[in-house]
Amino acid sequence: MAFFDYFRKAPKTATLAKDRLSIIVARERAGTRSGPDYLPQLQQELLAVIARYETIDLGHVTVNLDKSGGCEVLELNIVLPDAPPPPPPRPSQPAHA
Amino acid sequence: MSNASKVVVVTSGKGGVGKTTTSANISTGIALQGKKTVAIDFDVGLRNLDLVMGCERRVVYDFVNVLRNEAKLQQALIRDKRVENLYVLPASQTRDKDALDPEGVGRIIEELKQMGFEYIICDSPAGIEKGAQMAMYFADEAIVVTNPEVSSVRDSDRVLGLLAAKTSRAELGGPAIRTHLLLTRYSPMMVKRGEMLSVGDVLELLGIPLLGVIPESKAVLQSSNKGAPAILDETTDVAQAYLDVVYRYLGQERQHRFIEEEKRSFFGRLFG
Repeated sequence: MAFFDYFRKAPKTATLAKDRLSIIVARERAGTRSGPDYLPQLQQELLAVIARYETIDLGHVTVNLDKSGGCEVLELNIVLPDAPPPPPPRPSQPAHA
Repeated sequence: MSNASKVVVVTSGKGGVGKTTTSANISTGIALQGKKTVAIDFDVGLRNLDLVMGCERRVVYDFVNVLRNEAKLQQALIRDKRVENLYVLPASQTRDKDALDPEGVGRIIEELKQMGFEYIICDSPAGIEKGAQMAMYFADEAIVVTNPEVSSVRDSDRVLGLLAAKTSRAELGGPAIRTHLLLTRYSPMMVKRGEMLSVGDVLELLGIPLLGVIPESKAVLQSSNKGAPAILDETTDVAQAYLDVVYRYLGQERQHRFIEEEKRSFFGRLFG
């Protein structure tokens, strides 16, 4: 009976819906709407620069924008390859020897 | 006259929430107020606005024919037989969404403005891909149709993000598109029982002004069965709700109705 349902303690599904939506909507807004859209390009350009000095691929460079409190933190994470590749044999320059 | 024209996109992200129903009713309602109005179906490949508005048998040329210069705009426009000042530009049924491009769409909208159309209502396809983006690209205003339901609210929020970023106004740095929330399929009884998001909940989540609430009603199906927008039969609650929306949209003050159960039963007694 609707009259008794009204007093039941189980959480109302509308409340659950609203709580779930508040979280997901806030998260998606942080990810897309308010985030600057230059991040992917920044990532590509950083990669291009680093690739000039190190063998590296896209997965090794991450660019993140975090918000904590009132301040935004731009986080760059660049993972250099573990073991440096064996030093390339010095180009022999026998001509001068 | 060109400056007086308004391009309004009816959009939602999620499918099946009532975009086409809303486009049909709002364009009919605005035309009933004596404003020259055209409703454009942007759902290329899945056209339905013609069916909901009851002019499907009069479609000869479509939007894409005009884009490709296979027909003149005047040949593709269908004049409504019931309401003066109302026209429909049907979508193509045979092509895909890639048939639309910004230059072509812009040219047609400009031509409609030159023809003296005061309201250009763009019925968006579902989704957030190209078709939906084309429908919103030239908009001055957006009516975001939302059901009080989690997936619809989430998708509406995504669409608001697109409206703020991927439109002509956003790209050219013009004033932001004015957005309006239209909450459809609302059941005050379920809201009262805590089984449905309330209008207040949705407003809080989406943060845009409320244009109106359309109650869940059998009249919507009845009207699409007939091919006559519900707003034409003023005895139904849906027609009353859409009429309020139109008056409100055109700048008149109207109290929100159909939000509480009492009001609904009041109308039930009047018209039921």
